[in-house]
Amino acid sequence: MNRAPLIFLGIFFALAFSWTGIVLTNQIAYGKLEPVFDEGENKSFPEALPGLAAQGKLVYQDLGCIYCHTQQVRRPGYGGDIDRGWGERQSVARDYIRERRVLLGTMRTGPDLRNIGARQAGDAGREWHIRHMYDPEITSKDSIMPKYKFLFETRKIVGEPSTKAVQRLLPASAQPAAGYEIVLTDRGNALIEYLLSLKDSYTYPEEATRVYVEPKKEQKAGASSEAAKPEAHK
Amino acid sequence: MASASSLAASVSPATSSDTVTRAELSEIDASTKAPAMYFLCSAILWLIIGTAFALISSFKMHKPELLGDIEWLTFGRARTAHLNAVIYGWSVNASFAVAMWLMARLARSVVRHSGILMLAGAFWNVGVTVGMYGILAGDATSIEWLEMPPYATPMLFIAYALIGAWAVITFRFGKSEHIYVSQWYILAALFWFPWLYSVAQIMLIFSPARGTVQALVNWWFAHNVLGLWFTPIGLAAVYYFLPKVLGKPIHSYYLSVLGFWSLAIFYNWAGVHHLIGGPVPAWVITAGIAASFMMVVPVVVTAINHHLTMIGSFQALKYSPTLRFIVFGAVNYTLSSLLGSLMADRGVSEVVHFTHAVVGHAHHGLYAFFSMVMFGSIYYILPRILHKEWPSARLISVHFWTCAIGITIYVIVTSIGGTKQGLEMNDASIPFMDVVRHTIVWLKLRSYAGVLITVGHVAFAINFAWMIFKPRADNTAPTLFAHPNPDLEISAR
Repeated sequence: MNRAPLIFLGIFFALAFSWTGIVLTNQIAYGKLEPVFDEGENKSFPEALPGLAAQGKLVYQDLGCIYCHTQQVRRPGYGGDIDRGWGERQSVARDYIRERRVLLGTMRTGPDLRNIGARQAGDAGREWHIRHMYDPEITSKDSIMPKYKFLFETRKIVGEPSTKAVQRLLPASAQPAAGYEIVLTDRGNALIEYLLSLKDSYTYPEEATRVYVEPKKEQKAGASSEAAKPEAHK
Repeated sequence: MASASSLAASVSPATSSDTVTRAELSEIDASTKAPAMYFLCSAILWLIIGTAFALISSFKMHKPELLGDIEWLTFGRARTAHLNAVIYGWSVNASFAVAMWLMARLARSVVRHSGILMLAGAFWNVGVTVGMYGILAGDATSIEWLEMPPYATPMLFIAYALIGAWAVITFRFGKSEHIYVSQWYILAALFWFPWLYSVAQIMLIFSPARGTVQALVNWWFAHNVLGLWFTPIGLAAVYYFLPKVLGKPIHSYYLSVLGFWSLAIFYNWAGVHHLIGGPVPAWVITAGIAASFMMVVPVVVTAINHHLTMIGSFQALKYSPTLRFIVFGAVNYTLSSLLGSLMADRGVSEVVHFTHAVVGHAHHGLYAFFSMVMFGSIYYILPRILHKEWPSARLISVHFWTCAIGITIYVIVTSIGGTKQGLEMNDASIPFMDVVRHTIVWLKLRSYAGVLITVGHVAFAINFAWMIFKPRADNTAPTLFAHPNPDLEISAR
């Protein structure tokens, strides 16, 4: 009795089933999703990362930021993502189509970073990141994020002090000896540019009409005033 | 039922030794010695390395200044090094050793062309070493479970192809007429893994798919490494050693077949539950959740089959190290799988997704089930290929209790801490930093559990090294925890 070929066929089709369903079908269904060109703004969305930010993304990858930070916002009413201000809207598939490596993440030891560029923006945002990278406890007391002091360099001042020196942002205990200054390394600078670039603020036409219905359980919880939120979020 | 039980008996490893002479088994075991020892020594070395990285990462979570200025050991890299060392280093090397030994025994075939296996082992371990270096040096891909940089992975693939080729040869030349259920699992795993691995490598690294199709491929792969590689190998070992040690056939041949096919069909869809709430098509997630729930079928069927096999023999747990590890593993297979199905529920996932509970669950499956089964298997296999006994029953006992208690604490504290973390995180009125502060106590407990597990691994490694280097003694009585009652039927360690 040789049932080996039959067993083999079963083994083959078992995996072929999910490979077709999960991988192939979705590749066909939305693996060729294109950016949307907005005539009003005269550019297409999602936007490509600026060069320096793209380099910073590689630093984000090599330091393993993904193991504590997600980059995906769940829909209103499902989890606290929107309420926490992690995004104006839920993340959608089209947001990620320009990314050579998609870093959704599965762990939130720290907050979601999909829109960190909206929360910490401009020069103030850059300075916040510099303090936070040097020692997270400066900006977030009791943070368990690692210090990324190795993204900074203490160097001797040669001639004029650098305009890029950052020690003025750091506490007294971190000040270098006289004649020395602290600067961000190129990698540190790129990483911060990447974080500043992270935001999904554009609403795609197909998303504009999406209606969210509050989950039933909040209705059951009843009287609390929080449950009486509007039926639909933007 | 009579025919069913006689069929079961005829294909069960527990009774097949009537037809296979002990001399033949001994010859088969001897032929596995070189490759099995090679894989086992590598596995245990990686286990110790992986454990060291585990401790570093775990302590860093509540003591971030620990080794904080060393870029190579920053949390994101140390944690990744831990995962890769224990998955590709320890677990896969142990799987190769155990699967190869089981294949040879069940096919009643001496290991031919063991050179192929040695070559595969060399490629594999060099590949893992290069990959680990790449991760620590900052070349990690940041794709979960596929972190090794692209300059390491082709070596792993070559190793894999060699092992697959060897398995087919062994299976073809086997003398056994029946295909025992353990062989089904091993053959399926050997076939599934390269498919998963190559699709994932191509669609994520060499020619990345667009957007979140990557996330689907990622979790189709990553969950299936557990479901279609480690689970089948672990179950193959349970199906072999449980009846073997007890000296009686597995309870039901038909249940084992049902368990196999339902696992094969449902498990490979389940991985998408890691993307619940994420930016991927809702229907795939729903399908993933449904498949996760359907996993209750193979899990319960397998649990019933194992339990009915054990009934009446629980006393043997007092004596046999192999049995103790295997039963602990089998029970935790049931528990972790049922919890996994529960965690795939949308409402539960809303809370536990993105928390330490998921980390705890991964350890529940891979450690409390898979690694414990591998430990049990090694306690059985090693004396047979070395013709020596384990030098210290006390060290085995230390190994069992520290690891069993350690992982139990680990799973409990990460589950409670993670659930609490998730509930608080979903309540936007609680500041995020408070959520973080409240996890610290659970993370500390997790580290202490990790220390306990480390003690067990050190005991295991010492016993292993001691066994290799001690001279062969005349005394060949098996090393048991206690001297069994002579009336008790127990055929082995």
